[in-house]
Amino acid sequence: MIEKTFLIIIQAVFLVILAPLISGIIHKLKNNLRMRKGASVFQPYYNFVKLIAKDEVISRNTSWIFRATPVIVLGSVFCVCFLLPVLHKSFFLGPLGDMLAVIFVFSLGRFFLALAALDAAGSFGGMGSSREVFIASFAEPATLVSIFVLGLNCGSLSPSAVASLEGWRFSSLLCGSALGMVALAETARIPVDNQETHLELTMVHEAMVLEYSGRSLALLELAAHIKQIIFFTILSWVFFPCPVNAVWGWAWFIIKLCIISVFVAVTEISLAKMRLFRVLDYLGFAFLIAILSAVFALIGM
Amino acid sequence: MEKFSYTGLFLFDGLSCFFLVVIALVSIPSAIFSIGYLSPCVSKIKFSLANILLVFFVFSMSMVVTSGNLFSFLVFWELMSLSSYFLVVFEHTHQRCVRAGTIYLVMTHMGTAFLIAAFAILYVHAGSFDFGAVKLAVLSMPQDMRNIVFLLLFIGFGTKAGVVPLHIWLPYAHPAAPAHVSSLMSGVMIKIAIYGMIRFFIMLLGVGPPWWGIVILVFGAASCLIGVIYALMDHDLKKLLAYHSVENIGIILLGLGIAMVFKGYPVTTIVLLGMSGALYHLVNHGLFKGLLFLCSGSVAKACGTLDIEKMGGLIKSMPVTAVCFLVGAMGISALPPLNGFVSEWLTFQAFFGALLSSQGGLKIFMLICVAVLALTSGLAAACFVKAFGITFLALPRSRAAQEAKESSLSMKVGMGILAVLVVLFGIGCGLIMPYICQVAQEVLGIENTLFSFNWFSLSLAPISPISISPIIFVFILAAVSLVLLAWFVLSPRKAVPCNTWDCGYYVLGARNEYTATAYSKPFRIAFSFFLLPYRKVEKIRDSFYHVRSFTYQTHTTKIFKQYFYDPLVGFTYNVAHKLRWLQPGSINLYISYIFIALTILILALVIL
Repeated sequence: MIEKTFLIIIQAVFLVILAPLISGIIHKLKNNLRMRKGASVFQPYYNFVKLIAKDEVISRNTSWIFRATPVIVLGSVFCVCFLLPVLHKSFFLGPLGDMLAVIFVFSLGRFFLALAALDAAGSFGGMGSSREVFIASFAEPATLVSIFVLGLNCGSLSPSAVASLEGWRFSSLLCGSALGMVALAETARIPVDNQETHLELTMVHEAMVLEYSGRSLALLELAAHIKQIIFFTILSWVFFPCPVNAVWGWAWFIIKLCIISVFVAVTEISLAKMRLFRVLDYLGFAFLIAILSAVFALIGM
Repeated sequence: MEKFSYTGLFLFDGLSCFFLVVIALVSIPSAIFSIGYLSPCVSKIKFSLANILLVFFVFSMSMVVTSGNLFSFLVFWELMSLSSYFLVVFEHTHQRCVRAGTIYLVMTHMGTAFLIAAFAILYVHAGSFDFGAVKLAVLSMPQDMRNIVFLLLFIGFGTKAGVVPLHIWLPYAHPAAPAHVSSLMSGVMIKIAIYGMIRFFIMLLGVGPPWWGIVILVFGAASCLIGVIYALMDHDLKKLLAYHSVENIGIILLGLGIAMVFKGYPVTTIVLLGMSGALYHLVNHGLFKGLLFLCSGSVAKACGTLDIEKMGGLIKSMPVTAVCFLVGAMGISALPPLNGFVSEWLTFQAFFGALLSSQGGLKIFMLICVAVLALTSGLAAACFVKAFGITFLALPRSRAAQEAKESSLSMKVGMGILAVLVVLFGIGCGLIMPYICQVAQEVLGIENTLFSFNWFSLSLAPISPISISPIIFVFILAAVSLVLLAWFVLSPRKAVPCNTWDCGYYVLGARNEYTATAYSKPFRIAFSFFLLPYRKVEKIRDSFYHVRSFTYQTHTTKIFKQYFYDPLVGFTYNVAHKLRWLQPGSINLYISYIFIALTILILALVIL
């Protein structure tokens, strides 16, 4: 029991350490695909180290919510790391929660981030906050329905059951693609949001963290990387269902994540960012795919 | 199976006691709150009057849930409606309150009329008002009759509960009443209607056809989605909360609906999960909605308004109210580790169980319900980011908000108790769940205990290997915070206070902040097919180039009011107008009316 808890903690730390690398890989790939050289894949780590060494600039209008938010956001995504079996299907903190709890815990972080964005009394923060909750609430039905369909295919909502899907099933793949579309929205990627934009008026996630600097910004960026790796982990279970073993599990895991990163990078460079109200159609489409996957699950495909 | 006999005037079974606990949990803090809220601003006589009415209100609610027969149920139900009506029109000098009171009175009596009709049918079949006799008589009632009774009861209780489209009175009555009364009306009174549904649909009418459950699910889903959409559009703090009551009643009905659909199935776990989810959410909603209404009262007292567009920055001047509101907002948005999360999770688990054991179209229908519930919880969180963010964060938008002061001690105590309860019902879910499960089992007549409970997590252990543990969650969160805090203390960095980023133009003021209207604009556009928004723009020009003043208003159409209730009221007025010739005011004519009526009655008696 003690040993297992220890392994689970190691696994969570492994996820946290790996998370910025995935962002770095996607960034590098995008640049290479655009015929640019691009920054090193370790750039997110350099950014982190640079930011934590800096002083902070904090708006005079803010309250304790603004200061507490980075800690709550990072803490909540860190909790989710304990819920996902990565290296072995039993390596997760069973009593803590199930696949549904993952979604609920993410909404805690988002709630505080949206509040903190309003706290500085600027228009950009309010704009980002409003857009973020707009996108998030319309993403919710697609997310939950696809997780329910995955659960139906495995007979349980327990993370270990979903992580040990055996072989491809058409319905699983279909709801996996719905989940993939949602994952692009949740990780602030094109076509829903653009992480590289410098124009405040088009920002969503970036506008929310506009007032943050120094150490707080470092924590929030780390939290965003972790959230991304969590979504990719769930996608990897659906698209690459192979039994995980503890010895070489981590290597397989990284390879799977790299393949997903390639997909994300190619998607990002081949699409343009959508207008905010087109995102509704996009998420509605994801929802329809999820419902369709339920129909296929129903007829046993 | 029958632990309690249904004979006698009073009834103290698990369900009644559960509701008594809910009533006590919300009414005690509300009463404490009312000391500081009401006494400084009204005369002594009026304060006493308010207290007497409050006592009557709480007493009648307690009597409704312990009534053992139809007759006393109805009497106390009416007493509950009337005492709450008088509390709604407590500030009778305001036109708004009187109007709200009238709408409430008309709606609630329409509901009661349906209840009386249903009770009359039950009485005719049972020959007695006793619940026990009714329960026996229902078994021999024809199915059509039972369906009619079900529909009558659903409309009757649905009016009180605020089920869409009968929700019309909530956004009027809740804002008009004093805060502690709205907290009781929304936190407890509308739950008494849910008590009625559970008592009659599940315990007395017994197993109905599955479409009863489907009806409940459909109306539950409609209520939660429509309630939350209207809540997003409303910027009056109490109206917003009133619409959230509609939403949460919807969530409770979803749990109840699952229990009713699957009552006849061999798998008892789904029924139990749905029922416990509904009961858990019921007590949770009482706690956080009571809390939020008390906070709104505290804010309204400090700012003199309920319009959140005129607030802002209150977290600095009213820290206790702000923290209490935040706790309530997190609870209602179903954020871990608070109580709303636990009950919504249970409801979702009931849906998952229902999905696993349903077939064909029912499965897809259940998935649609899941999607609606998911969308609702997303929108509710968005709405409370708006409500908390615009009210308490950033800069004050008016002078009143700038000069707001924290409330008095008794108000803080009232809010504090409820806030602590909201937290405890979240992290202590493993300890509370056995009691709720016990009540659910008694209601459903399921004998064996299905769940194994432990103190640190809420586990569905024998059914499914999953559980949630808000307490471990809090533990991990606290560990992360402590580590980060230690790091911050050990290697401090300078934090330079500065202005908010304004693109380098000039110093931003409160006028540059995002407003609630702007915040909810994306939702207004997304749901424009339902909200039918329109705007009023008024420009006064000096010349073509110079606009002296500019006003811009945006409104949404309340389609139920505009296309159902307004025509109905208009029709009633028309009919009354046409019948006015019957009442010319001559006393001789009236005496002849009485004479004719009497003659007809006697003739009818003789002939029949």
